[in-house]
Amino acid sequence: MKNTGLWIRTAIIIAITFVGIYLVFGPRHSPTSADFTWQGIKNNLAQNVNLGLDLKGGSHLVMRVKTDEYLKRLTTNNESAALLAATEAKDDAGTSLPVTDGSYVAENGNYQVILNVSDTSKNAAIIEAVKKKIDFSYWTEAETGNSIVWTLPPREQGRLKEQATDQALKIIDSRINAFGVKEPTLQRQGRADSGQILLQMPGVENPERVKALVGETSRLELMKIVSPPNPSPVTKYPTREAALQTIGGKESDTRKVLPYVEREDAVKTAATPADKKPAEFVVVESPAVVDGSELRDAAAIQGRGGSGDYQISFSFKPAGAQKFGEWTGKNIGNYMAVVLNDEVKSAAFIKSQIFDSGEISGKFSKQTADDLALTLKSGALPAAIEYQEERTVGPSLGADSIKSGVSASIGGLILVVLFMLAYYRGSGVNAVVALMLNMLLTVAALILFGSTLTLPGIAGLILGIGMAVDSNVLIFERIREELRLGIDVPKSIALGFDRAFVTIIDTHVTTIISSLILYITGSGPIKGFAVTLILGLLINLFTAVFVSRTIFKWELSLRPNLQKLSI
Amino acid sequence: MLNLFQNIHIDWLGKRKAFIGVSIFIMVAGLVSAVGRQYTPGGTEAFNMGVDFRGGTVVTSKFRQRPSDDEIRAALNNAGISDPVIQASTDKPDEVLIKIPLIESQASGEAVSEQVQQEQVQSGRMIVKKALDSFGKEAEGDSTLDTAPDAVYKIVGTDSVGAIAGSQLRNQAVTATLLGLVGILLFIAFRYDWTYAAGAVIAVFHDVLMTLAFFSVFQWEVNLTVIAAVLTIVGFSVNDSIVIFDRIRENMATNRTDSIFTITNDSINQTLSRTVITSGLVLLSVLALVLFGGEVLRSFSLALLVGFTLGAYSTIAIASPIAIWWQDKLGAAKVKDIQIASQSGEKMASASRRSVTRRPVTR
Repeated sequence: MKNTGLWIRTAIIIAITFVGIYLVFGPRHSPTSADFTWQGIKNNLAQNVNLGLDLKGGSHLVMRVKTDEYLKRLTTNNESAALLAATEAKDDAGTSLPVTDGSYVAENGNYQVILNVSDTSKNAAIIEAVKKKIDFSYWTEAETGNSIVWTLPPREQGRLKEQATDQALKIIDSRINAFGVKEPTLQRQGRADSGQILLQMPGVENPERVKALVGETSRLELMKIVSPPNPSPVTKYPTREAALQTIGGKESDTRKVLPYVEREDAVKTAATPADKKPAEFVVVESPAVVDGSELRDAAAIQGRGGSGDYQISFSFKPAGAQKFGEWTGKNIGNYMAVVLNDEVKSAAFIKSQIFDSGEISGKFSKQTADDLALTLKSGALPAAIEYQEERTVGPSLGADSIKSGVSASIGGLILVVLFMLAYYRGSGVNAVVALMLNMLLTVAALILFGSTLTLPGIAGLILGIGMAVDSNVLIFERIREELRLGIDVPKSIALGFDRAFVTIIDTHVTTIISSLILYITGSGPIKGFAVTLILGLLINLFTAVFVSRTIFKWELSLRPNLQKLSI
Repeated sequence: MLNLFQNIHIDWLGKRKAFIGVSIFIMVAGLVSAVGRQYTPGGTEAFNMGVDFRGGTVVTSKFRQRPSDDEIRAALNNAGISDPVIQASTDKPDEVLIKIPLIESQASGEAVSEQVQQEQVQSGRMIVKKALDSFGKEAEGDSTLDTAPDAVYKIVGTDSVGAIAGSQLRNQAVTATLLGLVGILLFIAFRYDWTYAAGAVIAVFHDVLMTLAFFSVFQWEVNLTVIAAVLTIVGFSVNDSIVIFDRIRENMATNRTDSIFTITNDSINQTLSRTVITSGLVLLSVLALVLFGGEVLRSFSLALLVGFTLGAYSTIAIASPIAIWWQDKLGAAKVKDIQIASQSGEKMASASRRSVTRRPVTR
């Protein structure tokens, strides 16, 4: 039969159309009669299309882990620990090693720990003593003049930054899960060592509390306060300068000055930094006795006295409890500070040996106490985070955007269809069928690949219609030209398609190239635009060329003696 | 058969000086606007950069009874924001867009400290909320203006970008545009010839620069979507050029007698109906975007509207004339080659040996 090829083409088109209709309008459960009602179809469509945050409402946050801060802390901690290890160690003869002092570099991408020595002949012993306590395996070691220098090479910096970001990601993940955010998307963004994290929360309209919760560093430390023991009151100073004077004018590796702030609200509200009460200051011993990494659990409990204030009780893991117990046993009567993010929250004297639990008192509200306990439990972030971008769309704004996107698409489509029918008459029907199919299949492809439809995505869809029309116009104009030259109808159609095809390929490839580059380099909204445009273009090669030509072939096959084409 | 633009014989190349003059005029206007604005003290900047690129916060708020712009501005001034932009939503009378610049500008000329940058995203929304609270309560959480009878407004959307993220997005956008241009240049050079590629890319630069000129002169907001629009314009502009180049290539293969100028003019005229119809239809869909696309896509649709119009014009007036004129100037020696080549029966090959031979000459 001479029409076999035509039948195969038709079968392919019908099959793809059905798949498209099913993907877009079909139910993902076994179909019921309700799925064939107008309402049922609408519900299925809403369920199948994965709407972006800008259309369904939600919150999009880009944050950055301050990884340079993390490396700086690592460097300073290593420096004080190295100095301590070197000064405490003795050589074989039992004499102290000739270490004079230590310093560090932590800026502009340089991270160095430096120990100064008075006698370089003992360097080997010093290095051995230091390495027993500190893991310097990723640092390069050098002896220059009267100092021993450990440097963190750039490649290791990148690795550590990545590691810190991953760690932050896990902690943030556990925090938002505990908080009950539904269907969050949490992932790294940008270059591997950029420290950027993207958090998307559908349906969250006011992300302030989540932002505070995620951003809380929650670094808890228990430190000894430098003060005469109980019963004399704990020594506080009105200014930082006054406190510094008692320790020789500047902070040292073993003495730090921290603000003492018993705030109403522990969770920072950055809009109101001026509302902070003027702080008092205390001098504490460094390093901390135990820190937050030793925590086993934390919970918000109502304070005694029924004032409605909340406090936080916490307990330690066995190793931490052991350390804490030993220390409290030796320091009965002394004052201890509960330090949260470098601020002293409470100071208490040690009544008796305590092993495994403690409390952070302070006038917390229930919400802040809950949040604080949650962030303490999830662990401290390796470094503070900063927010770089926030985009929040309420559901009502999203619904409005859908409405305007849909009306723009339908408006554009109607105008185009009317023109094509008026200008190309019978052949215009071809174009209209091809256009409709293009739209259907583009949405189907979006669903198939699990891409989200955003407002810029709808714009891409509309531009895809523009390109689809262009292909049709190119073909039809070419057919008309051939007809004008007096060539018969079947030959004109064949020539029109063949000649226009080269041009169509060239135009499509150029636009796909620029869209691909948009997709690769662009961020969120631009990606959505590029995806729909690329899909639309690829599908257009099928609809404008294959489908439209099949329709012409049918026309020729049904009316073999066609003398005049309606075009 | 309804026909537009049949049997047109316009000498496009002969008019190239006039066309190039018009283009240069618009570009100079854009340049004067950009430079003038940038260096006029206290004036606006070259481009009205949106928060995407400059950093800052945009809050979209819905009111039960919308206060006047001046009232809103006064409330924001009281909250410490010196120069907010209040922009009414064109299609929704009860909504208003409140744009506040980076918060550091209020810190009395202090250096951009890291702390301040961080607080942009942290607190941009809060500051606006504090200001709006002077009108009454916000419908907070999941409540809406309908379900919370005592609320007078509701913040329905926030866009807040810190200074670092802003510059990152800006760099990304510029990289994307340049890479896109390079990709297209390479593709055309591969498919045709480098003179065509140069013509197409000059036309594309022309379109992009002219679009930017419009954005500077009329101070439309430049944001992320405008970059997407510019790249789309690039794609479409190259499309138009390719359609004509294809025709030039084809005509050159079939017609050995006419001059390159005549062939180019013919090719432009032959494809004129396609150019006009396609551009017209694409403009119709863009017009639908401008009319119904809403506030979010405003800049995007405007950029497309201007860019597509210019794209159609530049294809006819700039791309082909430049490609051909330049080819003619540079390739004076080549013309002889073609004659020799055609005598020896080889396919003519000024445009591209590869492409022409690949294509069977039917007539």
